[in-house]
Amino acid sequence: MKEIKTDIVVIGGGPAGLAAALRSGEAGANVILVERDFELGGILNQCIHTGFGLSLLGVELTGPEYAETFIEKVLSLSNVKVLLSTMVLDIKEKTVYGVNKKDGVVAIKAGAIVLSMGCRERTRGALGIPGERPAGIYTAGSAQRLINIEGLMPGKRIVVLGSGDIGMIMARRLLLEGAEVLGVLEKLPYPGGLTRNVVQCLEDFGIPLYLNHTITEIRGKYRVEGVIAENLLTKERFSMDVDTILLSVGLIPENELSKKIGVRLDPRTGGPIVDQYRETNVDGVFACGNVLQVHDLVDEVTRESYIAGEGAIRYISGKRRVEGIINLRPGENIRYIVPQRLSLPVDSPPYIYFRPQEPFVNCQIIGKSNGREFTLGSYEYARPGEMIKLRLKRELLDSSLDIEVSLVGEKE
Amino acid sequence: MDKELDIIIIGGGIVGTAIARELSRYQLDVALVEKESDVGWGTTKANSAIVHTGYDPKPGTLMAKLNVQGARLFPSVCEELDVPYKRLGSLVLTPDEEGFKVLEDLKEKGKINGVTNLEIIKQEKLFDLEPNLSRDIKGALWVKDTAITSPVELAIAFRENAQENGVRFILDTTVVGFDLEGKRIKSVKTDKGSIRAKWVINAGGVYSDDIARLAGDDSFSITPVKGEYALFDKEIGSLVRRVIFPLPTETTKGILVLPTVDGNLLVGPNEHITTKDDTNVTEEGLKQVISFVKREVPSLPLNMIITVFAGLRAKELNRKDFVIEPSPVVENLINVGGIQSPGLSSAPAIAIYVAEILKDRGVELNKKKHFIPERKAIPRFANLSWEERTKLIAKDPSYGEIICRCEYVTVGEIVEAVRRGANTLDGIKFRTRAGSGRCQGGFCGPRLIPLLSQLLEISPEEITKKGKESRLVIGETKR
Ligand SMILES: Cc1cc2nc3c(=O)[nH]c(=O)nc-3n(C[C@H](O)[C@H](O)[C@H](O)COP(=O)(O)OP(=O)(O)OC[C@H]3O[C@@H](n4cnc5c(N)ncnc54)[C@H](O)[C@@H]3O)c2cc1C
Ligand SMILES: Cc1cc2nc3c(=O)[nH]c(=O)nc-3n(C[C@H](O)[C@H](O)[C@H](O)COP(=O)(O)OP(=O)(O)OC[C@H]3O[C@@H](n4cnc5c(N)ncnc54)[C@H](O)[C@@H]3O)c2cc1C
Repeated sequence: MKEIKTDIVVIGGGPAGLAAALRSGEAGANVILVERDFELGGILNQCIHTGFGLSLLGVELTGPEYAETFIEKVLSLSNVKVLLSTMVLDIKEKTVYGVNKKDGVVAIKAGAIVLSMGCRERTRGALGIPGERPAGIYTAGSAQRLINIEGLMPGKRIVVLGSGDIGMIMARRLLLEGAEVLGVLEKLPYPGGLTRNVVQCLEDFGIPLYLNHTITEIRGKYRVEGVIAENLLTKERFSMDVDTILLSVGLIPENELSKKIGVRLDPRTGGPIVDQYRETNVDGVFACGNVLQVHDLVDEVTRESYIAGEGAIRYISGKRRVEGIINLRPGENIRYIVPQRLSLPVDSPPYIYFRPQEPFVNCQIIGKSNGREFTLGSYEYARPGEMIKLRLKRELLDSSLDIEVSLVGEKE
Repeated sequence: MDKELDIIIIGGGIVGTAIARELSRYQLDVALVEKESDVGWGTTKANSAIVHTGYDPKPGTLMAKLNVQGARLFPSVCEELDVPYKRLGSLVLTPDEEGFKVLEDLKEKGKINGVTNLEIIKQEKLFDLEPNLSRDIKGALWVKDTAITSPVELAIAFRENAQENGVRFILDTTVVGFDLEGKRIKSVKTDKGSIRAKWVINAGGVYSDDIARLAGDDSFSITPVKGEYALFDKEIGSLVRRVIFPLPTETTKGILVLPTVDGNLLVGPNEHITTKDDTNVTEEGLKQVISFVKREVPSLPLNMIITVFAGLRAKELNRKDFVIEPSPVVENLINVGGIQSPGLSSAPAIAIYVAEILKDRGVELNKKKHFIPERKAIPRFANLSWEERTKLIAKDPSYGEIICRCEYVTVGEIVEAVRRGANTLDGIKFRTRAGSGRCQGGFCGPRLIPLLSQLLEISPEEITKKGKESRLVIGETKR
């Protein structure tokens, strides 16, 4: 076993890990960035469409281009070491155990750990879709990898179940590759992903979006031979002649490693419970990116991960102190809030990220603490598929009591 | 195949492969024909995987005899063939006081069948053993010797060992008829040509009656009875630590909850008469098994299902027993049909029983001088210690490259599985567990296609999930 010591170890080399490694590396710490794939960039490597970087960099890039901007910077720092094709299998206290072909087993003992392992896709099993179990059922992200990285086509006639962003992007991608896309089925009355993707990926290409619909049966013993779709409102069923099903039914933060060291998770996000520095309940362990909460925009992943990188630096330099905790609670119509708590003292009012339970129009976000209420923001639209970010008000922090954030508005 | 074989076995389930391995001890020319691309893909891949002790079958039946014998052989067979075998014990629960009478009867039946190590326990001890059971349960019959195994791995191990000892496996080949000469089969007709043999053993699972009928023998009839299952994430794999049964009925052992050898939790099966090709999982079926088990284990979390599947019991409803006998119509055909539960537990004993029938019929069973009884499993990286991993990677670096992120399967294991005959994604999955974890192949699937294409030297379009038409991709993208 090869043993290494370092200040900070970052697990996962997607945009989150890259930003955390960059920030902590720039501050002078010795950093090891561990990535299981043969290259850095994470999920961005398979996102060859544009739509990355507009808010942070002011230009619209493809996924790989966005990643490259950060990879170059990270590689230029001599105090940041990158271990590729190395998968972390275990963590014990502050030692991270990985394996690769060259070194065999590597044990990295660090002062602080940043978790940035991203997320995985929900599968058919998790939905319990009845029927046969033939070939031709892919999660949208696997199909994306197959097409964009391996250059292989999964099928000819496609139905997409679930209107997450990746599903909509893949519907368009498959159409452009010459497949027939019969439609995107969504069981809720509204789409799961960004409005921009509904317009640019479906409407502009004439791909039908069936809201309030699901698949009730999969046909075919060896390869998919069709599905039975159901309109959940009218209970009407119809068959769709497809050979491929793509699932875009949600992402799950990949926290199996986090749980091994006792990191507590928020059941609402599936990610760790963190404070404004993105520190978890375990001292010196930080989390950022999709492992913390599923993001729709990479720009926010990068911003969040800068915070985690700075937090790790603050921790190893011994500047961190916690004099108390304020919990941030999702109130009415709010699905979740990140961070879930603030460690006192709070230097300046931090940004919070959250999503509404359902789509709303003309709504206001209200913060309450110690019996006092403040309007934090007003929005024409608020949709679950689009994360909202706003800054807390100083006055809410005065009493050092818990804060509840809720939304009032009209249902869309 | 021109030369006449001594024996041809039809069907590569647990029964056919066990027979192949048993016969490979002797100086006989044996081949096995299986319609799928691999062994163990019929009922053998979709059952509860329990090695029952044999307290349950009706005393005096062939089933009772072979179950008890099979269960006794199991530990040594699994040891020789390096297949998982875990003696967990089982509990038959009673929800009321009246149920204790049923438990007493079961215990008595067990005694007659020759099963020991049975104890009736009350609440206190029960909840000590299984803290997550509903407090409404009143007591249980504790069957201490019940074990679990991995049925497909065992079928694969039987195949590898039989192959090493000279048996030929003819896969992807369906038996479609027989050439008869009077009351004798001269050759077995398949979709890929005819094979001549002196003896034919019919181990065709739910299709065994149809196969017999192809030779003009309609002495038994199989009714397929479907059982549906849900498999749960490893995270809750120890919600129960033993096999949990409800009180049995006339026809079934009921819906169970149990750990698997890989640490997942399995819930099922129900019972529905159906057709022989119906392994569909239905919405109602899933609801039925889960709501049943929820009453016994209330904290079962529904959001942790990773996959669902169904298997078919091959029931002979008239005899209510295994049908293992020379055909009453065809002189050189031996039927091994109606192998419903506990067919897995009985398989090692069924194989010996079939060899005895052959001997009775005049087949000379001369032992091979160089029979190799052992077979080693593919090293499983996930189960090794850090030191063992270090050594393995030093010897072969491909064991340092993880391809299945959920089950920690390495490229080294995939290479070895292919070397041993895996040629489909399911073949890889059953040999290495790649793709059977919580992401269900979402991660490794797209990576395995190019790897298999390279290892098998075929194009990606020719790679299938499970043979035949189950292609994974249709070709290359435009680029
Ligand atoms: C298909 C898709 C389309 C998107 N489209 C857009 C868009 O148009 N515009 C936009 O702004 N945003 C988009 N996003 C969102 C954004 O790109 C993601 O939120 C972002 O990539 C998440 O970054 P991450 O670093 O947290 O996760 P990832 O990019 O998933 O990176 C996680 C990394 O951790 C590694 N890892 C995990 N576990 C281990 C381990 N045990 N050992 C070692 N390494 C490990 C993984 O290999 C991976 O490289 C899209 C996301 C997806 C999935
Ligand atoms: C729901 C359920 C739960 C069970 N639980 C248990 C348990 O816990 N413990 C236990 O001991 N037993 C259990 N059993 C019983 C056990 O699974 C079976 O007895 C056993 O798997 C039967 O094996 P087999 O080889 O006879 O059948 P199969 O595994 O079905 O094998 C028959 C093979 O023949 C092949 N075949 C068929 N027709 C042809 C043809 N024309 N040409 C070529 N090949 C052909 C098929 O493809 C198949 O591979 C259970 C069964 C079910 C359904």
